[in-house]
Amino acid sequence: MEVFNKTIDDLHTLLVEKEISCTELTRGYLKHIRQSEEKVRAFLTVTEDMALAVAAKVDKKIANQESIGILEGLPTALKDNMCTEGIKTTCGSRILRNFVPPYNATVTEKLQEAGAVLLGKLNMDEFAMGSSTENSGFFPTANPWDVERVPGGSSGGSAASVAAGEVPFSLGSDTGGSIRQPAAFCGVVGLKPTYGAVSRYGLVAFASSLDQIGPITKTVRDNALVLNAIAGHDPKDTTSVPFHKPDYTQFLENDVQGLKIGIPKEFFGRGLQPEVEKVVRQAIVTLADLGAEIEECSLPHMEYAMPTYYIIAPAECSSNLARYDGVRYGYRAEAEDMIDMFKNTRAEGFGQEVKRRIMLGTYALSSGYYDAYYLKAQKVRTLIKQDFDQVFGKYDVLVSPTAPTPAYKIGEISDPLAIYMGDVYTIPVNLAGLPAISLPAGFVGGLPVGMQLIGKHFGEGILYRTAYAFEQNTGYHREVPAWIKEVG
Amino acid sequence: MKISRSEVEHAALLARLQLTEEEMNQYTEQLNSILEHAAMLDQIDTGNVSPTAHAVQLYNVLRDDVAQPSLDQEKVLQNAPAAEQGFFRVPRIV
Repeated sequence: MEVFNKTIDDLHTLLVEKEISCTELTRGYLKHIRQSEEKVRAFLTVTEDMALAVAAKVDKKIANQESIGILEGLPTALKDNMCTEGIKTTCGSRILRNFVPPYNATVTEKLQEAGAVLLGKLNMDEFAMGSSTENSGFFPTANPWDVERVPGGSSGGSAASVAAGEVPFSLGSDTGGSIRQPAAFCGVVGLKPTYGAVSRYGLVAFASSLDQIGPITKTVRDNALVLNAIAGHDPKDTTSVPFHKPDYTQFLENDVQGLKIGIPKEFFGRGLQPEVEKVVRQAIVTLADLGAEIEECSLPHMEYAMPTYYIIAPAECSSNLARYDGVRYGYRAEAEDMIDMFKNTRAEGFGQEVKRRIMLGTYALSSGYYDAYYLKAQKVRTLIKQDFDQVFGKYDVLVSPTAPTPAYKIGEISDPLAIYMGDVYTIPVNLAGLPAISLPAGFVGGLPVGMQLIGKHFGEGILYRTAYAFEQNTGYHREVPAWIKEVG
Repeated sequence: MKISRSEVEHAALLARLQLTEEEMNQYTEQLNSILEHAAMLDQIDTGNVSPTAHAVQLYNVLRDDVAQPSLDQEKVLQNAPAAEQGFFRVPRIV
């Protein structure tokens, strides 16, 4: 059976109607993974035996006429920065290459409770620092649409695995665009929820005030179904917000009549590739044709978001990554004394991008520079947040490109600042803690282009409604890279 | 230049990173380029602006002061590069 193009509802129906057993389904996906991994390399670990054991339990339940949940028995995979008890969690880093967590992340637990079958752990830029998955400490992942190109990052494995049909859904994490940009590059749907909507407990920390876990799926409905399973307050995460969690599928209305959509002009400026702009402008016309009210608006401090982010994120990173000292877990380099052991462990264990950010953050937080860099950046962050508060007084949703270009070639960009610029439209959203979704909006030269929808705090519902209406009236989500059909 | 070579060396010491000559030079150059970009923040008057503490405001998140079970000692030590008699073992300090 072909598995690459199935939605969550399709798979659930197949299981409930006993057209396929969960074991057969799991084996089907494992076979597809084996074949497609020759090209894509999205997985760092495949957990075949554990997956088949879970599948057998689901089959037993079905045989006993017990009802099963919507995600029960469905294959999934997690970005390798989410802790999985007894399963290696490397965070894409050599320093954690043998780390086996003694506990589960809350999202891991929630997916287990929902009965999902974990097929493995997915490649990423080391410690989620990067936008191409080329910074993985192990190997780069390829974009299923053109295997010479990057899948985006840092959740490159999460987006590529879904685009290649290796799993129907995965989880990624997003600190400055790490769910949305790879979703855009790989032609899939990626949501960064509101900060505090999904627990970060057991997510290996990068920049704690910005990090957020979210679903990557083929369709908007699938995305809402996965968010239903993972969102909610968690006492184990002090930044988790107690909020009323709705059933997100209730928002999936094919109707944007009267919706007020703002188009922030700062997101269509210098650096945006004209072909990408054309696709996104056309998508906005589609939304207008469907009855949404479109108006240009302004977020005057947006040009400061990049420099603000590249002070705050490295500062938090340098603090969070201080724990990798070769004492309690992870790699240790042997040395005569303690300080040398720390220094050598970290020098040998971390890759270039991680070291660069630790250095930048350490400097920005060091005595004499704290006020000039970190405090200043946190103040500008307030102004960026206020810009959003202001426009959301008038609009329900903001629309922009997700990234200024489609996927670039592996090895094509080496200047760090040039790579950072690729996150220019996604970073402001993290600084303000807002939810945003990237969904397929068209193609440029055979490569997917993503459109970003930004909402108010806890406004995931209206994002799903807008995205669903666009998806149902366009159909880009049905496109699949040609080679995958041959693999089957 | 926003940051000198000796400041980079100092930051490397604070960060407990053993860097090669080549890395020192490379980071001095790259950090300068990033910090020069960040200098555009100085254009904004933030005199009356409070710094962001939380993206989504929360206050005093506390739980009841009651002991909860924690991980077993064996589990805590299972990833340790070196452990002995229930402790983490490290190189000589003094």
